[in-house]
Amino acid sequence: MSGVEGYIYPNEVTLYWSVLIVLYPYITGLVAGAFILASLERVFRVEAVKPTYRLALLTALAFLLVAPLPLILHLGHPFRSPEMYFTPHDTSAMAMFGYVYMWYLMAVLVFEIWLDYRREIVLLSQTSKGLLRLIYKVMTLGSSNISERALHIDDKVGWIVTLVGIPSAFLLHGYVGFIFGSLKANPWWSSPLMPVIFIFSAMVSGIAAVMLLYMATTKLRGQKIDMRCVDTVAMYMFYIFIIDFSLEMLDLVHRVYEADESFRTLNFLVHTKLYFSQIVVQICLGTIVPLVLLFLTQVVKLEEMARKRIYILSGSLALIGVLAMRWNVVIGGQLFSKSFLGYTSYKMALVTREGLLVAVGLTVLPLLFLWALVKLLPPWPDKSLHEAATGD
Amino acid sequence: MNISRRHLMILLPAAAVAWKHVLAGTPADSPNYQMSEHWWGMLIDIPKCIGCGNCVRACQTENDVPDGFFRTWVERYHRSDWHLENPEVISPDGGKEGFPVVKAGEEGMFFFVPKMCNHCADSPCTQVCPVGATFITPDGVVLIDQKYCLGCAYCVQACPYGCRYVHPEKKVADKCTLCYHRITKGLTTACCEACPTGARQLADLKNPNDPIHEFLKTHTVQVLKPQMATGAKAFYNGLDGSVR
Repeated sequence: MSGVEGYIYPNEVTLYWSVLIVLYPYITGLVAGAFILASLERVFRVEAVKPTYRLALLTALAFLLVAPLPLILHLGHPFRSPEMYFTPHDTSAMAMFGYVYMWYLMAVLVFEIWLDYRREIVLLSQTSKGLLRLIYKVMTLGSSNISERALHIDDKVGWIVTLVGIPSAFLLHGYVGFIFGSLKANPWWSSPLMPVIFIFSAMVSGIAAVMLLYMATTKLRGQKIDMRCVDTVAMYMFYIFIIDFSLEMLDLVHRVYEADESFRTLNFLVHTKLYFSQIVVQICLGTIVPLVLLFLTQVVKLEEMARKRIYILSGSLALIGVLAMRWNVVIGGQLFSKSFLGYTSYKMALVTREGLLVAVGLTVLPLLFLWALVKLLPPWPDKSLHEAATGD
Repeated sequence: MNISRRHLMILLPAAAVAWKHVLAGTPADSPNYQMSEHWWGMLIDIPKCIGCGNCVRACQTENDVPDGFFRTWVERYHRSDWHLENPEVISPDGGKEGFPVVKAGEEGMFFFVPKMCNHCADSPCTQVCPVGATFITPDGVVLIDQKYCLGCAYCVQACPYGCRYVHPEKKVADKCTLCYHRITKGLTTACCEACPTGARQLADLKNPNDPIHEFLKTHTVQVLKPQMATGAKAFYNGLDGSVR
């Protein structure tokens, strides 16, 4: 049989979780990570990262809007997906997706963004014209009170929402890790560390994405990059990266040392089919190289330009590394037989519903959403609005 | 007739329950079948299996199983000097057309292991189904409501035995139903009926007159991957330790 080595159960030839299921944890991870970065400023009062605060929230929202799409597109019967909301199975981790997702979208992200932008929304609903005016009017939800007292209440409530948002972000992504980690049938996935590793790798990717987006958008706007901000963001990324790497190595060392009955099979897999994506891309290029680079920025006094280049390189590599990690978990976990006697292969289609083109489209789509959100709710201070508010 | 508010409060839920029964229909096909009187499993007697593939063919015909997918299959193990600790395993086309003839002089021990859904009492597949489309019946058979299944394949990932697949045309999960349409009419499964040596026997663990009771008391039987603790109900007699 083509693509099959050794003996696999006859129903295992086909891989059912495709590249779209690789994207799903990747995208939700970016959401969770971006939100955690936003919470640094809001809850933990890390003032230096303030320039990224709103961009981080909008990035989280843009990616969250796309997060269910790979899941729904992968279903055999996408139109039956609402059943997960109406008749969820109480023992299924996956059944919780709808609720966790809606909670995070509506009760956390949208609510927090609305509270944070309420003043601007009200002002824009008064100053803009045509369709935009109508959109902003709707977005005010009928509340045009932007008195100092009202804004103070917004701020207080926003703080509470962010506080609730941190465990929610952990829940959103930890739950994705639990979907894999709780399957005892699959030794590659089955690990209580899985949700924790997912959360920390999510934070790395989310922080890297917002850092790169902040640098790119600032450059595009012809503004000067706030190096104090980027240095602080990179420092947090470095620290979280160390925790993430330690956890992944702990998992690896544990598997190697324990060497249960699946070990020989998995060891062979990592040294053959997953060698490039796991050893080369995920561990070397996607983790060790950015960690060393970020370490350099912490211990050596480097020029601003050198630091910028290092941040761009290490951020990009971290994003690629985390994507590779998702690939190795999702696809890698299906490449070996549960008989531990053989392997199958994954051939990615190009133009099918679960093919490469759709995957690329789903990766680009959040960036388009982000562009629209940034146009609608600019994350940087708007002078004209400030003048409108002060009546100058 | 005057209905008081109190009566209405009592009648409405009763009417809702009654309406639910109307919608559900009645099991007209098997009027005398009592689910609560059975707890189904399967006995597989490995020394009796000759690897003819009759069971695989019968299952595919009875249940319209698509090509390349299997509700049941047969594996052949070959323990030789070359493969002493880990026997060589093959299952060409699920053993549907039998196995290659053993060449004269080929040394070692050969044995066949039929595989199927274990209809686990604590099945991981039913646990993970996000909408409860896969479920265990009161008589111990794990079934799938294919009109309800989303086709997410989470159950396929959760099954430790590789018994599930997504039907290529229906796009829903599919697997052995223990010929539920037959056993509820007092018949045996298609695979059991087609087996020429009686290597597969439908077993009713709740019926004290079923020969399974005597067999389990007098033989050393085992289930596949007991460490999975799934409450598997496919009992194997003479199971080699190397079988996974």
